[in-house]
Parts: sequence; C-alpha cells; structure tokens
Amino acid sequence: MTTPALDIDLREIEQFIYREARLADASDYDAWEALWTDDAQYWVPVDGASDPGDHVSVIFDNRSRLHTRLQQLRTGKRYAQLPMSRVARVISNIEVTDVDGADTRVAASFVLAESRVGNIEWWAGHLEYRIRREDGELRLVGKKVVLINNDEPIPTVSFLI
Amino acid sequence: MTVLEDRLGDHMTARVDRLVQRDQIHGSMYTDPDIFAAEMQRVWKESWVFIGHESEVPQPNDYVRKRLGLEDVVMTRDAQGEIHLVVNRCAHRGATVCDAHQGNSSSFRCPYHGWTYKNDGRMLGYPYAQGYGGKGKLQIDMGTARVGVYRGFVFGTFNPGAPPIEEYLGGAAGEIDRLCRLSPTGELDLSKGWLKHRTRANWKLVMENETDGYHPPFAHGSILTVTGSHIGELYGEASEAVTRDLGNGHAENDLRPQFRKYGELMKWNGNGADRVPDYVQGMRELHGDAAEEILIEGAPHLMVFPNLFIAEITVFMIQPVSVGECIQYSTPVQFKGAPDLNRRMLSMSIGSVGPAGMLLADDADMYERNQRGVALHDPEWVNVSRGLHREERDDNGFLVGGPNDETGMRAFWKQYCRLMGSEVQR
Repeated sequence: MTTPALDIDLREIEQFIYREARLADASDYDAWEALWTDDAQYWVPVDGASDPGDHVSVIFDNRSRLHTRLQQLRTGKRYAQLPMSRVARVISNIEVTDVDGADTRVAASFVLAESRVGNIEWWAGHLEYRIRREDGELRLVGKKVVLINNDEPIPTVSFLI
Repeated sequence: MTVLEDRLGDHMTARVDRLVQRDQIHGSMYTDPDIFAAEMQRVWKESWVFIGHESEVPQPNDYVRKRLGLEDVVMTRDAQGEIHLVVNRCAHRGATVCDAHQGNSSSFRCPYHGWTYKNDGRMLGYPYAQGYGGKGKLQIDMGTARVGVYRGFVFGTFNPGAPPIEEYLGGAAGEIDRLCRLSPTGELDLSKGWLKHRTRANWKLVMENETDGYHPPFAHGSILTVTGSHIGELYGEASEAVTRDLGNGHAENDLRPQFRKYGELMKWNGNGADRVPDYVQGMRELHGDAAEEILIEGAPHLMVFPNLFIAEITVFMIQPVSVGECIQYSTPVQFKGAPDLNRRMLSMSIGSVGPAGMLLADDADMYERNQRGVALHDPEWVNVSRGLHREERDDNGFLVGGPNDETGMRAFWKQYCRLMGSEVQR
C-alpha cells in the first residue's frame, strides 16, 4: 500500500538518505538491500543525459541484477572487494525537486573517500533519489549517481556507491 | 628514427633477450620505466594499434577523440567519407586543438593563435598572414597516423612501413569475419559508448590475461557460482576448446569445439534461441541450413596484438598510461539489424565489464595484484610455461594448446620480442 508523497517531510527524507549512506559506507549488504523496492533502479551513468537502454553505463541495475551484485559480494570471493573498501561519504545540498505520484524526487551532492590497498580514491558527484512510502516505511525506488568525472576513465567501483 | 630511439639503443634489445624467455618473463618487464619508454616507441608506434570502429563516426565530418598509445588523437571522417587519425596538437606551439570528446566539424581551429586545419590534419590558414610572408606561404600540417580499416575496425600506426592491415591481422582476420557473420547485415555497430576503466597495472598483464583460460573458475568463481554460469566448464580440463597462436602476436580461445558438443543455438550468448526469436529467424532466412552451425559456434574470443580483445559480446581496447597504469575501454558488440539481441548484449555487457562489472572488476583486481607482486624479487620471474609440453600444430600450421594453456600469452611475447628487436628464437 503506497501513500501519496506529500506525507513525506524533508527531515524524514534527510534521515532516510543518511541511513542509506551509512549502510552503504558500512557495506551492510542485507540492510542496504532491504531499502529497495521491487521496481528499483540503481544507475551510475557515464553521461548524465544518455538513455541507459541505448548507451553503456557503469552500473544499470534493476532489482534482480542488484540482488545478483549483492549475492556476488556476499560470497566473500568478490576479489575486487577483498579486502573491502573502507568508505566515508558526506551528503549535502539535499533538495526535493519533484513529486511524481507516490514518489518524491530528491537531489543531493556527495563527496566520498575510499581507502583500499594503500590508495585513497576520491569520488564526487550529484545524486538523484526516488523515494516512496510503502507500508509506512520510506523505501528507495531509484538512485542515480552522476560522477563529476564520468566522462574520464575511472578506477574500479566495487563498493556500494 | 627518433631521438628517443637513439638514446635507448641496442642495449634494450639485449635486455629483452635476457628478460623474456620462452617459459618465463622477468618481473621488471612490467615495472621498469626504461622498458616502458622503449615499447612506447617500438611497439606502440611501429605496430598497428586498435583505435575504434567506423560506426563511431557514421556521418561525414563526425569526429571522436581517441588515444593511440600515449598520443591524443582525433578519429575523423572527412566529407568524402574517409577515416583519418589526426594528432591533437597544433603545429604552431603544440596546444591541444580539439577539446570536445566528439562532434561534427569539417575543420579545427586552435584556440591559442587561431591556426586552422581541415579534419584530415592539413593546414588551412593562420591569422595576420603577412607575418609569414602572406597566405599559403607557410604549410605545417597537424601530425597524422596511418589508418587501416578491416570490417569497420579502425587501426592506426605511425609506421609508414607497416604491412597492409589485412596482412598484419593474418589469422585473426577470419575471426573478425566470424563475428561479422553473426550480424544479419554482416555489419557491426560499436556506437553505444565506451566504459573507461583505469587500471593500476602494466598493459601487458591485461593483454596476457585476454586468452588465459586458466583463471575463470578461480578469479570469477563468485559470479559464476551466483549466476550458475557454464563459463568455468568451457575452459575446464574436460573442455574440447583450444587456445591458438594465430601468428603476429594474435591468439584466441577457440570455444567452437565445446559449443558444437553442447549443440545448442545461442548458448555462446548465454541467452538461448527462444529469447531472441526475431534474430534467430532472420539468421535462418539469411543462411538457410548453415544458420544452425553459425548460431551454435558463436562469436570469437580473440586477442589482437597489441591492444584489441573481442570477448564474444564485448570489444575491449587497452591503452597504456604509464609503466604501472593502463586504461581498459569496453563497448558492447551490436549487430546492425538485430535489435532484440542487441538490447540483451548491451545489458549483459554493462553487467559484466567496466569499472563495476561483475566479471571485469575482479580481473582488474588480479592485474593490480600482479603489478604489486612483480615488483617483488623472489622469485623474480613470472611463469608462462603452462601447456608447453602439449602444444601441437593444427592443419593451418598454427600452434594449438589446451583450453586453459598459456599458448596465447606466449604468442603475445613472440611478437613483442620481434618488435623490440630481438632475434632470439622462442
């Protein structure tokens, strides 16, 4: 049962986004996966404007592929995450940009540091969330991560970005 | 001969003779900046190098930025339809001329002093012409590389003496033909964009892995288990697949014998015929009875020296950055006239390859582990002996090893050593 998006206030949205960020930072695959709805879309484009059905993306997961990605991580033999990345991200500039039926669209910016095998990798970009209330809980319907350097070569991104 | 080449001299050849042996490679071949500098000249300027595909510049005056080794080049199509590779450097003071990643223009203007060039690199003019004695008095063109096109695949070289591209491809040309034969129109479309994966490893470690049938069940065990994939079995000890040295540094994992054994249409693609009925129907209409064999045998798994890798549904291009870093570019194979199959191949390719790919991110991790490891000195050597004792010549005279033998790696090194000036038989 979904509720109209107008029931959602900014404070609640912020708390939800920070929780998503904390679970991703911690590579808490189970709790992070539980945030997503069945019609989820997790998208890291190489070019913010292109159609993901007609152009390559770094990540373009529906719910099923997202599950496969997490199942691979859960094997403990996803070597690109062995050892695991240590990640801290800061999310800011949170702004409700649109209400689309039951979904609220939210924009934000992030800076993220990733430490792994002697390197610190810096990631930054713009975030677009699609959030919906289902059975009283806020859930993640969509997350689009537009890296500022997505037109340039980027290193492996095997943690939850 | 360039100034750099003079400086490197013959001692580099002597080092390669010592450090590249038939069954082992010295770790410094992947870590020594002098070796890297030498191979940027002798391999990356002398050999044909894969650059991209004609379908990336479909219209007259389209252009797209590329790399040819360390060179920033622009691949252009002129008004007459011919492909050019223009070095992105103003002939005046060296400023970068072309900024956009891609676009459409018949000419380029340097932002610094306004010199202009046609999209084949030829100088068109310069402002305040009297400073050079008038219009047309000075003619300095942008640098260009030679272009070779085979079935739409564009290669470039700075070597005027390189053989024709068909001759260079040799045994690999037939495998590219085999890929094109899977297209209902005979043509490919590689215009869905390139993922660009920065990898902290020497480029040769990547190329060696492209025909390594030994690693999939181990490096990729996680994703193969989760998805129930048959890829491990394809390269397993019981597989009938072979690894083939195609000459000139090219090699393949020929999976056809194993796919013939399975005898299933489209198994190579991981989809099965019932998921792409329009494509299968079209191929049957086009090829008649021969369609069965074509759709069972599938696409090649081919490494073309020094930097092209066709992995069935994805085309890779490797370009070096420094001795310890390279970029892996990847784009999905698309067949002109096969929309149902193309959608699936695009989606599968995105899931598998690139910086977040469920296969390729693990390969990249292995390359980076390799790079850290080869800098250590006990043992000093990387072993490439697997299957040496069981190689045979096939009917075409090509050296053939087992499904997970290192025949392809040894093929790579033979060509590398030839280009580096070595005359030692390996």
